[in-house]
Amino acid sequence: MNDSLLLPLAIATPLVCALILLGGKNYWGRAVRAIAFVGFVVPAVVSLWCWYSYAPSTPGGYAFIGRWATGLEGLGITLHLGLNGIALPLFVLAGVVGLAAGLFAIQARAERAYQYLLLLLFMQSGLMGVFASIDVFFFYFFHEMALIPTFIMVGIWGGRDRQYAAMKMTVYLTVGAMLSLAGLIYLYVQSDASSFSLIDLRNELAETPLSASVQKYAFGFLLLGFGILVSLWPFHTWAPLGYGAAPSSAAMLHAGVLKKFGLYGLVQIALPLLPAGPAQWSSILTWLALGNIVVVGLITMTQRDVKQLIGYSSVMHMGYAFLAIATASTLGAGAAVLLMVAHGLTVALLFMLATSLYHRTGTFDMHEMGGLVKKAPVLAAFFVTAMLASIAVPGPGLANFWAEFTVFVAIWQWQPWVLFPTALGVIISAIYGLRAVGRIFFGQPTDAFEKKLAEPVIDLRWAERIPALILFAVLIAIGFWPRSITEGINAALTGGKSPTSEVARSE
Amino acid sequence: MDYQSLANANTWSAIAPEIALGLLALGLLVLEIVLPRAHHRLIPRAALVGQLALLAGLLFTISRDAGFHGASFGGLLVHSGIGDAFRVFFLLTSTLVTWMGIGALERQTLPRVEFFHIVLVVTGAMMLLVQSHHFVMLFVALETVTVGFYILVSYFRSSTSLEAGLKYLILGALSSAMLTFGIVLLYGVAGNKALPGASANALGFDALHTFLTLNAGNTVAIIGMILVLCGVAFKVGAVPFQIWIPDVYQGASTPITAFLAVGSKAAGFGVLLNLVTQVFPVGDSVLRHGLVFVAGATILFGNLAALTQRNTKRLMGLSGVSHAGYLLLGVTAATYPAAKWASGAVVFYLFVYMAASMAVFGVLSHLAKTDDAGLETDEFVDLGKRSPLLGGVLAVGLGSLAGIPPLAGFIGKVLLFIAAFQAGLYGLLGVAIAGVILSIYYYFGWIKMALFEFTRVVPREPGALELEIRAMPLGGRVTLAVLGLATLVLGFFQGPVSQWLNFG
Repeated sequence: MNDSLLLPLAIATPLVCALILLGGKNYWGRAVRAIAFVGFVVPAVVSLWCWYSYAPSTPGGYAFIGRWATGLEGLGITLHLGLNGIALPLFVLAGVVGLAAGLFAIQARAERAYQYLLLLLFMQSGLMGVFASIDVFFFYFFHEMALIPTFIMVGIWGGRDRQYAAMKMTVYLTVGAMLSLAGLIYLYVQSDASSFSLIDLRNELAETPLSASVQKYAFGFLLLGFGILVSLWPFHTWAPLGYGAAPSSAAMLHAGVLKKFGLYGLVQIALPLLPAGPAQWSSILTWLALGNIVVVGLITMTQRDVKQLIGYSSVMHMGYAFLAIATASTLGAGAAVLLMVAHGLTVALLFMLATSLYHRTGTFDMHEMGGLVKKAPVLAAFFVTAMLASIAVPGPGLANFWAEFTVFVAIWQWQPWVLFPTALGVIISAIYGLRAVGRIFFGQPTDAFEKKLAEPVIDLRWAERIPALILFAVLIAIGFWPRSITEGINAALTGGKSPTSEVARSE
Repeated sequence: MDYQSLANANTWSAIAPEIALGLLALGLLVLEIVLPRAHHRLIPRAALVGQLALLAGLLFTISRDAGFHGASFGGLLVHSGIGDAFRVFFLLTSTLVTWMGIGALERQTLPRVEFFHIVLVVTGAMMLLVQSHHFVMLFVALETVTVGFYILVSYFRSSTSLEAGLKYLILGALSSAMLTFGIVLLYGVAGNKALPGASANALGFDALHTFLTLNAGNTVAIIGMILVLCGVAFKVGAVPFQIWIPDVYQGASTPITAFLAVGSKAAGFGVLLNLVTQVFPVGDSVLRHGLVFVAGATILFGNLAALTQRNTKRLMGLSGVSHAGYLLLGVTAATYPAAKWASGAVVFYLFVYMAASMAVFGVLSHLAKTDDAGLETDEFVDLGKRSPLLGGVLAVGLGSLAGIPPLAGFIGKVLLFIAAFQAGLYGLLGVAIAGVILSIYYYFGWIKMALFEFTRVVPREPGALELEIRAMPLGGRVTLAVLGLATLVLGFFQGPVSQWLNFG
């Protein structure tokens, strides 16, 4: 098969499946699940194949390139798809988490399932498109395409406070998206490039870099817009609320993959195109990121609701990624990419298992749980492992460990004092993570919960285990073989010039 | 040149579409006399078929590049590619209004044929209006449009409809007065032989442009230009000439509201584009600052006023004001040479706006009760469940108006924003972005009502009246589906339209 058709295949399959469901409605009956299954499996397989066959030494860094005109080529907008070393890991992340979320949604049999799967497929199509786009316009376009279904899914299938959460998410994320769009257009107009394609923009700006003040404004726009999308403190309040209310597969896809859009934009677009930008903003960014780590970390410790806890902890982990970007070094940027992938897989696992937990206990409140390990040992094993991965314990969390460790090295080389509050964050996350699993699975159950546990509790079913195992498998593969993605990241960040750099060395 | 020779230097074939529309309009009246009474219901359908045939012919001519371009009638009219785009636009609009009118009038006991007749005449006048290159032509065409709307707005003779008609009449007369006064001032000052570039034919756009460029600082000329722009601003509903909009939109029957919201507004923008790019040397004058200010105020007013609006027709009217603001942003950008695509972006946005608005008004018109003064957004609860087509098309239309990707409205807004960036209108862009965010609130509130039955907080009282959903004929369903699909497809693929509008 022609290489250039792989990426369109991964984007179009979920979309086509969604359209089939749209036309078919409920008439399809059982076929709904089969169609949805196809829509999730094909992108995952394509992404894994790309991972396998991508050679970091590709000239220009981009592989699987294809370019199609949609009618706006006069404006410099074409559907230009391709993957480089930075995009590839995230593309794989989108495929894998999408598959897990899809499988989990298919087995969950939600109310009006075909509509739910339709929206999820639509979102999946957008997610594959975001990371496969070389064209900056389509990068944004696909992001919005994935974002809109989130609002609807939260609004209809969400849990407590879904109305409020959906509206709040809509407003915050629209503001963030609009600001980043403004930044991207500003960048394009100022660059005088012939097209929105990132390759053209890069070449153009390598020849004639923008003036320092333009770089400052453009970077500021992008930082603020992307920052809101990635829940940068103090613009993070939508995230725990939204994730707390969102149905699990939507939360998996959003927290695991879509939220990485902003960080990806900063690493892939802002850092290389606006090299003078970070110097202007890094001090502010550092303080805000420390807000993410310390302030949100402390808030996380006080949570009783499992899902809120995971939501807050995901906001907290974004702080590390922001710090890594603030260093504006190759090492930092590479660490940010690694962290995105590791965190995306972990947080998706946690959201999924939290919902499985809820199906067994009927509550998200940790203070009402306890001693679940006796009744559901497999669930306990999965959940504890996932939580350990989240707090970056080497073993299950080896990938997270490499990522955070590299972030620390990058910070040490940049501004050593920042390391102390950052290290405090590691302790905080260990405290809330271990306390949570202790409370849920090993603690003394309350009387009411004891009564509930007296009834037979079904342990984790295979339908739920398989998506979890898929996520674990990829997480562990990256943990034990980080070269498979870091080489590509290196090549993309250094323009393929130097064969080694800090990211690879840190393995 | 005297008017005798103006009349002799004519090129009748250049205005074939307008003539055909006029003949079709007259044909309807003849049919009413000729046909026996039992067959009168065929007349609107004849109008529909005639317009579709005309549309096909027009598109064919354009695709073969066989249309007449250049000046005709001694410079009264100038035909161009963008004029052709507007012709197609107005013809599409009138076809859709006729389609809506057929459904709406069947529920009333009113004379039918005149309605469709006037719609056709107004459409022909709109076509001439955007192609006019002379203030006499412009004024005559504009008055034909306006007088047609005086009748159409109060056509249903209910108290709200009559009130709306009166409001439109008084304010319309005011705007016509301003426009005339402005034209006269320009004519007077440009005929002053003491000034450089003075011309005896100062109503022609070319001569006037030369004169105005040579006398950039002339106070009388500036006042004249401002008054002319004010007259046009009334048509498009720009602040501070937007006060008539909510009441007139609510009072007029839904097809006419749609005609006002889409056709009349687009005609205004066609004229505005012509004036600011070809006639008035906007330069760095008070006019440009005025345009920037009015655009910003229009965007903000429309969105803020729509925030708390529950009546759907008023909501469409007020949010339509904000769309006029975005379009004004594009028009303002078009006055900068750096913004190469600004005019094309404005026309593209108009097409997108038409598809989305017509989808929404089509649904509204079908659901309208007998008084047709608009439904409350609350009444749309469960619409998506009871009629997936109506709910879906409504959601797509509103989503496109809100500018949500992957719908066409998003592309339209992005093109306008790019033009504004190229022109360097950063402050105005900030306002526009704030406006888009505000608009998400009310558009999504309505979509939420229509699609998510789960969201009903208070259960409906048992005695409360359910919204009646009539069965829709096949043609109507197809039309709505096509409008929804067009909005979706234009979001992904803009090929034919953008080539036609010459983006680069």
